[in-house]
Amino acid sequence: MVGERGGVLTRPEYDGGSDPEVPVRPTTQRTTGDRIFRVVATGATSVSLIIVAVTFIFLVNGSRPALESSGVWNFFTGSIWNPTVGNFGVLGLLEGTLIIAAIAMVIALPLALAMALFINEYAPARLRRILTSVIDLLAALPSLLFGYWGLKALQGQLVPISTFLGSHFGAVPFLELSGHTPRLVGSAFIAGVVVAIMIMPIITSVSRDVMAQVPREQCEGALALGGTRWGMVREVILPYGKNGIVGAALLGFGRALGETIAIALIVSLVFKANTHILETGAGAIAPLIAIRFSEASSLERSALIAAGLALFLLTLAVSLIARRIVARSAAVK
Amino acid sequence: MDTEVLDLTALEAEDSPENDRPRRQRKLSGDDLAAATLAAISGGAFAWVLRILLGQHGIMGTAIWWYIGALVVFFLIIRDRTDSEGALDKIMTTLIWSAGVLVSALLVWMLSYLVFKGIPKITASFFSEDMSKVGPLTPGGGVKHALIGTIEQVGLATIAVVPLAVLTAIYLNEIGGRLAKPARFVIDAMSGLPSIIAGLLIYTIWVTYFGFSGIAGSMALLVLMLPTVTRASEEILRTIPDSLREGALALGAPQWQLILRIVLPTAMAGLVTATILGIARAVGETAPMLLTAFGSDSTNTNPFKGPQSDLPLFVWKLIRLPNETSQARAWAGLLVLVMLVLILFVTARYISGRSQKKLGRAS
Repeated sequence: MVGERGGVLTRPEYDGGSDPEVPVRPTTQRTTGDRIFRVVATGATSVSLIIVAVTFIFLVNGSRPALESSGVWNFFTGSIWNPTVGNFGVLGLLEGTLIIAAIAMVIALPLALAMALFINEYAPARLRRILTSVIDLLAALPSLLFGYWGLKALQGQLVPISTFLGSHFGAVPFLELSGHTPRLVGSAFIAGVVVAIMIMPIITSVSRDVMAQVPREQCEGALALGGTRWGMVREVILPYGKNGIVGAALLGFGRALGETIAIALIVSLVFKANTHILETGAGAIAPLIAIRFSEASSLERSALIAAGLALFLLTLAVSLIARRIVARSAAVK
Repeated sequence: MDTEVLDLTALEAEDSPENDRPRRQRKLSGDDLAAATLAAISGGAFAWVLRILLGQHGIMGTAIWWYIGALVVFFLIIRDRTDSEGALDKIMTTLIWSAGVLVSALLVWMLSYLVFKGIPKITASFFSEDMSKVGPLTPGGGVKHALIGTIEQVGLATIAVVPLAVLTAIYLNEIGGRLAKPARFVIDAMSGLPSIIAGLLIYTIWVTYFGFSGIAGSMALLVLMLPTVTRASEEILRTIPDSLREGALALGAPQWQLILRIVLPTAMAGLVTATILGIARAVGETAPMLLTAFGSDSTNTNPFKGPQSDLPLFVWKLIRLPNETSQARAWAGLLVLVMLVLILFVTARYISGRSQKKLGRAS
């Protein structure tokens, strides 16, 4: 069947050459239909490329007025937010964003690893399916729910813990309280706990996939040599999955950096980093944009866009590194 | 060390390959149970003493101290009976089980709190009224306008996303041309994009020229959905065995027919699942909608003109009003939103479960 409807099978070859992720497959001579189809698919693919290029160009463009009015150097090294004189600095907000994300990571990472191990190694088969659903569902629920529940239900339970931590571990950096009657609602700590619950599912599911790739013989070998189950986890699974776990953690970290609504609902926003994490008031970029944007003057809008650009670059770096690490750890099988 | 026996008999009970591994016996021995009970009691005593010494710190604080105290005592008892390696194993098992229980409990707490708060306001009129004629203190009002907005915005976004995502996935997995490498890079970059940035983008390129509208919201959702649905679709295309492709080619099918008649129909269930999960994510997006659809209290059925509400915006606006009626409406709106997400989630699960069963029978 050579001609209109089909083609001659040609030898397998790389099409386009450089991408090792596309498997080598036999191909046929291209027909007119093939050419049309290729053009359509190429067009669809270039949409993603265009979107990212446009994002970059327009964010840079939109942030220009604010960068000019406060100076590029000032903007990235200052911690001031004064729309009336047009002086903006995003450093404090970036620090604040990092603080909340760091708190979230400290809580989410052990929880997610335990959860991944539980599903893969510890839980009985029937529970395993239920727990996978629980994790997937947690990942799918809207951040409004986490934020509102965190504000109304969880915060009341966490404030006594804040009091306790502050009054007995005040010597630890970040945990000190200022004054005798500090206000403890709407703090970075509470926002961090809520964000931790939100990023836990992604860390769990990515690290679970990595841990599942550990060769079964090695695990069984460890058990057969008389090791305990924790010994097997410690000596075989965790070292083997180390890179993937780091990647999963970074993915979660990237999510935490970009989380908007839950933080916006919980914290009382300030424009600089608050190193007293147990006390009211925290700064973060994404929630600031969500809350300020509609009421802002055009110059402040420009500053918010510039802050968004800074956040965009930060999350871009984090998520690209994370994806690279996860992909590499998946390739070494 | 009587529990250190490989339980090989358990293999006969469950014969899926996942379960085909040697497992340690899981049954708690009487000694362990006694140790655990003892540990729980001493943990309680520990928490009680701390409460007297250090003062109140809430139910959760007490629970944490009880847990830590119980864990330490449990470790000491087991170490006394066996060795520290065995004790450590028991402790880690306890910790890991606790994580599972904790996460499940959080989910149950969150959902039951939502239902408890949201259900009183859910009546038939809640779905047939909008917020244009009610103030913060008057009864009535509902989500009609928000529901219409959500359906239109998410619907339009989905109509655009599905062909784009599936074609991109086909390009990446079946064609693999020169764009494949940069496209993969860009999709990785986009998948980590904070949702508020998508809102900023659409604001600067669209809203500044054409004003707030539902379609602007759809565009923001498009930017957010595209990478996730593409990624999921590509993963599904990868699971299709090469033998199917080779068979089609050997019978003389050109590539476009192979893709349209063999690859896509085989992948259909998976693609539908990926799309539904993408929709479930998009339905709850709030941050980008603040800068694009903006929200409104009256019903706007035209997504192309004027601010339009949707469920997340409805909830967001009411949460921030400091009175009981508004808060109750917010909870009810959130309950409607979460129910929508749950329905989508369960549907996706059902479809993928059924197709997996089918595939399992075929192989």
